[in-house]
Amino acid sequence: MMGSASLKNAALAIAAGAFAAGILMVAQGLLTSDADAAIQPALKLQPVASFDKIKNKSQRAVALFQEAGKVINSPRCMNCHPATERPTQTDRMRPHQPLVVRGEGGMGAPGMMCTTCHREANFDSAGVPGNPKWHLAPAEMAWQGKSLGQICEQIKDRKRNGDLTLAALVKHMAEDELVGWAWSPGTGRTPAPGTQKEFGALIKAWADAGATCPKG
Amino acid sequence: MTQLTLKINGQSHSIDADPDMPLLWAIRESVGLTGTKYGCGVAQCGACTVFVAGQPVRSCSMPVSAVGADEITTIEGLKSKEALAVQKAWVKLDVPQCGYCQSGQIMSATSLLELNAKPTDRDIDLAMNGNICRCATYVRIRAAIHDAAKSLEG
Ligand code: FES
Ligand code: FES
Repeated sequence: MMGSASLKNAALAIAAGAFAAGILMVAQGLLTSDADAAIQPALKLQPVASFDKIKNKSQRAVALFQEAGKVINSPRCMNCHPATERPTQTDRMRPHQPLVVRGEGGMGAPGMMCTTCHREANFDSAGVPGNPKWHLAPAEMAWQGKSLGQICEQIKDRKRNGDLTLAALVKHMAEDELVGWAWSPGTGRTPAPGTQKEFGALIKAWADAGATCPKG
Repeated sequence: MTQLTLKINGQSHSIDADPDMPLLWAIRESVGLTGTKYGCGVAQCGACTVFVAGQPVRSCSMPVSAVGADEITTIEGLKSKEALAVQKAWVKLDVPQCGYCQSGQIMSATSLLELNAKPTDRDIDLAMNGNICRCATYVRIRAAIHDAAKSLEG
């Protein structure tokens, strides 16, 4: 049994802990690099040829998409495909600090556009990533909280993929400059697995094999 | 070091700078315009906000070499009608406390009014929440932006 004095002490200790945690959260909020999270060594992607042994076409397509899914599920891609109007950041995918929203065309709110901070290129000395096309994916392309199967169906659906044919989708994944940023994200951020070329080849092979999506 | 020419507030300034130097330091140290403040250096506080080609930019987060021929406007050179309305409202409502964050606040508030003549509370919050004020003048900032918007009507 705790006496009332020790109960009070325990309550004070909890309050002090909460206060310290609050300060820590603020301090973490001010860290813009991923240095606060463990930076993972870049993962590799299996080459397309290693899937040739799967003779069943749709099973091969599923396996290829699952391999490409290592990229899709990387924080470098997920952070800008948020489920809400606010992007996330760092390898831990915490809410973007400061608060920013998708806004018109994924470019942010008037007065606080993406370009207020994110310019043409990564600027490592300020810990701010950049790319000429920097913007958020539209709401219908939200990936966070979805299974790989759901994302797969979504990126094939022309109503939700910016009206891209499968061929245009392959080109986008393989060549788009902002997609490509995921492999050169600047100091302190884990790059997406493999290379954009390998990723593009996996997506192309998936499309060629019939673009079957993983279940679920 | 590279020779660069910056157009700031309508004047050309030739400076010798490392191309990777943040624009903020070029403005403050090389050109000597110290109205723009350094708060965090990592795009988190907004104290360093200037306009580049008319758009608000965190000058700590942009290398000076990326400005090119774009016109820079600092707090010293603000003169749009929105800026004057903001300035008046700031004085009327006595917005600043210590003042350190205020040039960034005024730059962001001016930009908001240039883009949105009648901002709601939410518009103001979304445009201004990247400008931190350690004196917590947020309530007066919001009131002053509404006041400035009103003074610009009709
Ligand atoms: S000094 Fe640039 S945002 Fe803080
Ligand atoms: S007035 Fe003191 S920091 Fe804003």
